[in-house]
Amino acid sequence: MADILIYLETAQSSDGAALKKPAAEVATAGRALADALGGRLVAVITGSVAPEGVLGRHGVDEVLHVEGDAFGRHLLDAQAAALEAAMADVEPASVLLAATVLGKELSAFVAGRTGRALISDATSVGADGTQVVASKPKYAGKAMAQIAATRPSIVSLRPNAVPAAENPREAATRTLAVEAPAARVRLREVVPSAETQLELTEADIIVSGGRGIGGPDAWDEILGLASALGAAHGASRAVVDAGWRPHAEQVGQTGKTVSPKLYVACGISGAIQHLAGMSSSKVIVAVNKDPEAPIFKVADYGIVGDVHDVLPMLSEAAGSFLAG
Amino acid sequence: MKIIVCIKRVVDTETRVKIGADGKSIDLGGVQFITAPYDEMAVEKAIQLRDEAGEGSVTVVTVGPAAATKELRTALAMGADEALHAVTEEHLGPNATAAALQAALGDRAFDLILCGKQATDEDDAAVGPLLAAGLGLPCVAFVHSLTVAAGHAIVEREIDGETEILEVDLPAVLTAQKGLAEPRYPGLKGIMAAKKKPLESVPAEVTDGPTEVRALELPPARSAMVTIEPTPAGMQTLLTALRQEKKVL
Ligand SMILES: Cc1cc2nc3c(=O)[nH]c(=O)nc-3n(C[C@H](O)[C@H](O)[C@H](O)COP(=O)(O)OP(=O)(O)OC[C@H]3O[C@@H](n4cnc5c(N)ncnc54)[C@H](O)[C@@H]3O)c2cc1C
Repeated sequence: MADILIYLETAQSSDGAALKKPAAEVATAGRALADALGGRLVAVITGSVAPEGVLGRHGVDEVLHVEGDAFGRHLLDAQAAALEAAMADVEPASVLLAATVLGKELSAFVAGRTGRALISDATSVGADGTQVVASKPKYAGKAMAQIAATRPSIVSLRPNAVPAAENPREAATRTLAVEAPAARVRLREVVPSAETQLELTEADIIVSGGRGIGGPDAWDEILGLASALGAAHGASRAVVDAGWRPHAEQVGQTGKTVSPKLYVACGISGAIQHLAGMSSSKVIVAVNKDPEAPIFKVADYGIVGDVHDVLPMLSEAAGSFLAG
Repeated sequence: MKIIVCIKRVVDTETRVKIGADGKSIDLGGVQFITAPYDEMAVEKAIQLRDEAGEGSVTVVTVGPAAATKELRTALAMGADEALHAVTEEHLGPNATAAALQAALGDRAFDLILCGKQATDEDDAAVGPLLAAGLGLPCVAFVHSLTVAAGHAIVEREIDGETEILEVDLPAVLTAQKGLAEPRYPGLKGIMAAKKKPLESVPAEVTDGPTEVRALELPPARSAMVTIEPTPAGMQTLLTALRQEKKVL
């Protein structure tokens, strides 16, 4: 039992199936863990995706493919059956997957059904002897715990926490026959959102606005800077509560936890519940007219000024900087 | 409609975390406690569902320290009918928490179990699906909308920017995302009534969890801030630093 199994989520977009961005990160972490334990890295994928090439590039030795209509869309009972069949086949020391909404649900559900130790939302994973040990943020990122699994485990990995690295090899593919279980949860409808943007938790760059933006009409300044930087856009809770932006864009303790490479906080005071959702960003830039705003305590770069002056200026500079 | 809501006593979201003497947990000195925010939303939704149906009951259950009676009383004051307290002073991981909840529920009958999507201390988002697995029930996590019909529930959740509308057979375990319900403040009448509502305490059945916390540390301190002038030249300096020093552009 030294092999590692990774479960790779396919995008749920109505545009069709594709591996989600964290797949390469999960594969990279899986490869390193398999090497530490002296085992192989096996990936399980479901539905109509055939991404052996991509997987081989990130160090996967073998791909188990579970085909069939029941496995196309992510429905918990079917995905759990597929993952459990792969686990029975590989008998892995640990299973890794991405700590997305679906990944968190699936990992806990399967851990419960198979009696495995669960470590949820880890930011790194490694081995101490034969034991799997992971770091995970607790208290909304105000502390980091080192957690060891004393039994075979399932670990979900926070997106954007482990940088993807290449480790090319030939990945052989094998079809795994799995009978679809009775679907106790059924899909009725998918309503696409009015505005499509990259999932916040997967974005490399995020521009977020707070109450300091002043109102929904001025949001164009946030969208303008986001577009100039090729970034996704987020918001503070004050903005969401005021109805300026949808909850899907909220960053913080009761919103999304993000760790992009670059987080630009505009007109956000930096309340502890907001910091909870973004303080693990690699680089933080803050724009606020109050030099005492707590956001400056976590910022790498601080601009004391009015967002209505600074954002247009920064958007314009970024436009020509990135084009040049 | 019998609804069970699992709640947890957690440290207030305002808490400044200090590491305890054991190096594995936080120092609880002077810390305020609250019901985890998503659990409160679940309690509110359960009360609304019961009131809309005009029948049924809401049972709140927690696995936690003796002091968690306070959070159970708050839920009763909001309008839950009865409370069940599986008492342990031990700090349990997700597997052990779900197992203790399941043991505490025993063979109680119910139509629906609601949990918060995650407790704001461990942030695991795991106990709902773990409990569903243990009970052999279907599960949908992170729901922001819920209606109940004969034998099933219709729920909505957001996945990758799209809204999924799902139908789930009951009984089931669902976890609450923001938007499901806005928790009410218990009024004086509710608080008085709560004192007379049944609150049953039992020792928690604590099993050896398969995970152990080896250490708890504060996150690495961030480096000192560089001040950028709010001028076009300042913007150039910033963009250059982001590209050349930080390599994020
Ligand atoms: C249980 C709980 C959960 C919570 N969860 C979250 C969460 O998930 N996410 C979250 O964000 N918050 C959350 N909060 C709320 C949090 O406490 C703050 O109230 C919120 O983050 C404040 O949002 P803000 O920074 O946009 O607004 P404010 O605190 O009002 O700050 C506005 C800032 O903008 C600056 N400003 C104003 N005008 C300008 C201008 N023209 N130019 C430049 N700067 C300007 C001001 O100096 C100020 O710093 C939660 C609170 C609780 C109790």
